[in-house]
Amino acid sequence: MSPVSRGFHRRRQDSAENAGRVPPGQYVTKDFPVLSAGPTPHTPLDGWSFSVGRPGRQKTWSWEEFRALPSEDVTVDIHCVTKWTKLDTVWRGVSVDTLLDLAGHDGPFAMAHCDGGYTTNVPVEDLTGGKAWVAYAYDGQPLEPEHGGPARLLVPHLYFWKSAKWVRSLELMDTDDPGFWENYGYHIYGDPWREQRYAGD
Amino acid sequence: MAGTALRGRLSPRPLLWQVAKVLAVAIETASVRTIMLDVPDWPGHQAGQHVDIRLTDGDYVAERSYSIASAPGEPVALTVERIDDGEVSPYLTDELRAGDDLELRGPIGGYFVWEPKDGGPLLLLAGGSGIVPLRSILRHRQRTGSTVPVRLLYSSRTLDDVIYRGELDKPAAGVEVFHTLTRHQPPGWSGYARRVDAALLAEVAWPAGMTPLAYVCGPTNFVEAVSQTLVQSGYPPQRVKTERFGGTGGT
Repeated sequence: MSPVSRGFHRRRQDSAENAGRVPPGQYVTKDFPVLSAGPTPHTPLDGWSFSVGRPGRQKTWSWEEFRALPSEDVTVDIHCVTKWTKLDTVWRGVSVDTLLDLAGHDGPFAMAHCDGGYTTNVPVEDLTGGKAWVAYAYDGQPLEPEHGGPARLLVPHLYFWKSAKWVRSLELMDTDDPGFWENYGYHIYGDPWREQRYAGD
Repeated sequence: MAGTALRGRLSPRPLLWQVAKVLAVAIETASVRTIMLDVPDWPGHQAGQHVDIRLTDGDYVAERSYSIASAPGEPVALTVERIDDGEVSPYLTDELRAGDDLELRGPIGGYFVWEPKDGGPLLLLAGGSGIVPLRSILRHRQRTGSTVPVRLLYSSRTLDDVIYRGELDKPAAGVEVFHTLTRHQPPGWSGYARRVDAALLAEVAWPAGMTPLAYVCGPTNFVEAVSQTLVQSGYPPQRVKTERFGGTGGT
């Protein structure tokens, strides 16, 4: 039972069209905040590649090969664990279904590895069935480096730290090992609708 | 403390909401307050961590994160800047007073933290209220008797916007404080008077060859520019820890 916050009055009102789209504890922002643990990497496209699979037997695409894969436009709501939610964000990217179909579904869990050393873990079933993309464009423009460009993982149904910026590979695994923030006490799965912000939530 | 024995990787201690009591509210600047709290079941924190706070109005709940301003071992203190069109910060800076209850949980975050064993030399770079977690680090260094050398570069709009000014002006052994005022400078100002750029960092930052450890906290534009310049001047990215206040910048 929450105590009353003496003298606190709600100022924000969700419009009717947003009803049911804002998870508990979140507020809607029109900005696109940037949150990262370190400096933004700037990887040249001719040195960029993307890999999927087990260590030692991965399928790898160059930037040109990756951009030649079938891609799709998606409009999704995104939810950051730092409390902001942004509605109707527009992305273009390659479905993870496409990548796994080409590389093989070789394990129930995945670890995203990124330039800069960031990692995050996601069950493969949360990356398949039209639920996740490797996105390279935002709002019709190439994805800016501070937002994860040249390409980032997009898993909008989980808190946004799972949508790893500067993603370079999906390593398939037998166990759901914790990634970077998951090792610092953030939730292993991160469902915003169940408010799974931190371990134990 | 009950539950401490359960801490560990396999059974993490859940971060439970608890009710803190406001001990005092101190005025830092026209728009910034420091809220000192009595948290009955506080497990302790590291310098640089933050808490979540929760406000309720009937069924409505608002949550936000705030950096902890106090050092480990000190009572929990939060320093909050009022965002005029915000929902939570004006309540914390203008309405909350000694004796009030405040719900919180934490501590949260374990990357943007410093312990004496992490060494240095330390380079602390703050933009505006980004000083808050860095102040916790400075106080922790002082309280633990660490002799790690520190340089702090603190960018504010005007002198009146400088948070913890009195505290930062007190000379501490091994700590050098540099201010830059980006919007307005008082007559006779001898500090820097522009946004942090490569030339300014070249004068203030430890040379990369000393393998310094950098903590950068502030608005997105500040953190992006500063961290990029440090990397270009030879700081390894993994020695540059960043915390961005994302709410006001970036598109």
